[in-house]
Amino acid sequence: MTGSAPEAPLLRIDTLTKTFGGFVALDHINVEIRKGERFGLIGPNGSGKTTLVNCISGALRPNKGAVTFAGENITPLPANQRSHRGIARSFQIPRPFRSMTVLENLMVALDFATHGHLFETASHRRDAAMSILTRIGLAPKAQSATTSLTQVELRKMELARAMATGPKLLISDEAMAGLSTSEVDEVLDLLLSLGGEDIAIIMIEHIMQAVMRFSERVMCLDAGKVIAIGPPSEVMANPRVQEAYLGT
Amino acid sequence: MQRSSIVFWLGAAIFLVAMLLMTQFIRNEYPFFAGYVILQYVVLSVAWTILGGYAGYVNFGTNAFFGVGVYTAVLLAQAFSAPLSIQILVAAVMGALLGLGVGLLTLRMRGIFFSIATIAVAIVIETAVTNWRYVGGAAGIQLQRPPVTEPFDSYVKMLFFVQAVLVVVAIVVARFIQNSRMGRGLHALRDDELAAECTGVPTLRLKLMACVISGALMSAGGAPAAMYLQFANPDSAFNLNYSVSVLAMSLIGGTANWIGPVLGAVLLASTQQFLTVTISSEVNVLVLGVMLVLFVVAAPKGIVGLVSRFAGKGKHA
Repeated sequence: MTGSAPEAPLLRIDTLTKTFGGFVALDHINVEIRKGERFGLIGPNGSGKTTLVNCISGALRPNKGAVTFAGENITPLPANQRSHRGIARSFQIPRPFRSMTVLENLMVALDFATHGHLFETASHRRDAAMSILTRIGLAPKAQSATTSLTQVELRKMELARAMATGPKLLISDEAMAGLSTSEVDEVLDLLLSLGGEDIAIIMIEHIMQAVMRFSERVMCLDAGKVIAIGPPSEVMANPRVQEAYLGT
Repeated sequence: MQRSSIVFWLGAAIFLVAMLLMTQFIRNEYPFFAGYVILQYVVLSVAWTILGGYAGYVNFGTNAFFGVGVYTAVLLAQAFSAPLSIQILVAAVMGALLGLGVGLLTLRMRGIFFSIATIAVAIVIETAVTNWRYVGGAAGIQLQRPPVTEPFDSYVKMLFFVQAVLVVVAIVVARFIQNSRMGRGLHALRDDELAAECTGVPTLRLKLMACVISGALMSAGGAPAAMYLQFANPDSAFNLNYSVSVLAMSLIGGTANWIGPVLGAVLLASTQQFLTVTISSEVNVLVLGVMLVLFVVAAPKGIVGLVSRFAGKGKHA
C-alpha cells in the first residue's frame, strides 16, 4: 500500500464477454471490487448474474476479456486453483456433497485448501471446521447427513464450506432465495458478519431490502450489460434499473 | 496405530499365511484352479472400485486393462522369458500408462459418455493385438510354463498364492486411498464435480490418479492369467465379460468402501465357479445378470449398504 497510488482492486474484470452460441450472456463487462467490499449484484432473471459468477469462479471460461484477482490474471486457471487463491462461492441451488455429513463437507475444503499447512493434522482441520460451523450456527448439525438439512441450513452449510476454503472473495449466489423473512434476516446477518476487512463479498440477490441493507455498492445487469453501478440508493433510483425490473 | 489398522494388518497377514499353508497341505489342484479365478476377480473389482466407486466414473474398459496385463506378460515371456514377477510389474506399469492415456482422453467426459469411451478404448486395443503376429494374432498363442519356484509344488498353486498377494496389495492401496485426502476428494467429486472444483478439489488430477492406480492394479491382476491358462488369445483376454462381471461384483458388494468389491467378488465369482462346474458356463452369465438387477432394485448400495442398514443407523462403514 504505497501512499501515492490508489489501492489495487482485489478483483478486476476487463471487457469480459461470454456467449452461448449466438446468445450474448455477458457483453463487455468491466468492474473492479475492492478488498473487503460488500458488493450487490442485481438484475432480472437471465441478465447474466450467474454467468458472471461462473466466469469469476472458473466454472465457465469467458470468450473474451480477463479476470484479475489480487494482481494476477486468473482467466486461464481452473476453478480449484481459483479457490486456492481465495475465491469461494455458494450456488443458486445448493450443491452439498450428499453422501457426507455437514462436517465432512467442510473437511473437503480444508483438506484441499492451500492454507492447509496451518492445519497439518486431520484433528486440526476438524477443529477448524467445527469453529467455522460454530460461527455459522451449524455446530449442532455437524454430524448430520446433508440430506436431512432444511433449506436454510443447506444455505448456511454452503456458506460455511465456502468459508472453510479461506476466501478473500466470497460470492453468494442467491443464498436467500426461497427463505422466509426471518430466515432472510438470519442469512443476511451472517453474510454481514462474515465480510469485513479481509473478505469481500459479492451478493447476488433479488430481495431488494436485503441488497439495500447489505451493499456498499450495487451493480445492475440487464441482458449481459452493466446498466448501473454505484451506491444502492442511486442505483435503485436509476430509471433504467426500474425499467429493467418492472419491464415498462 | 489405531485399533482398526491393527486388525486390518493382522487380517491381511493371517489371510496370506492361510493361503500359503493351503498351497502346502492341499494336494488336489482343483481348489487352487478355481480359487485363482475368485482371487483374480477380487483384485479386478477392488481396483475397479477406486475409479468406478470412489469417483463414480463407471469404467467399462476393465477388459482393456486385463488384456493389456495378459499380453504384456505374453510379450515378456515370448521375448525375454521374463519371470512372473517381472511380468506382473511391467504389466502394472503398462496398466498405469494406459490409465493415464485413457484418463487424459476421456476423463473430461461425464457419466455414460465416459463409459462408452472406455469401451471404445478396449476395442481399439483388442484390434491392435489381433493384428499383431508376434503375440499370436487372432489365433492366439501357446505358452510354456517355466519350472515352478520353491516352496510350491505346482505352477497353479504358485499363481494362486501370487494372486493372493495381489489381492492384499489391491486392498491396501484401496484402503489407503479411501482413508486419505484423495479419497475424500474423490467422494466429493462423485457427489458433485462442480461443487468439488469450487471447493478447491483438483478434480481432473484426482480422477487421473484414480484411473492410473486402478489401471495398474487391473493389469497386474491380469498378467498371471497368461501363465494360468498357458494360452492367450485376444477374444478371451479382451472379453467384455470381464467388464460386466467386475462391474456387477463391485455394485453388488457396494462401491463406497473397499470391503464392498471384496464381498461382491467372492460371492459372485464363487457362484460362477460353482455354476460352471455344476450346470454350464453359459448359465453363470445369466445368474450374474439376474443378481445385478435384483441388487440395483432392492439394494442400490450393495451388500455393504444392506449390512449397515440392518446394523442400526451406521451411516458410514
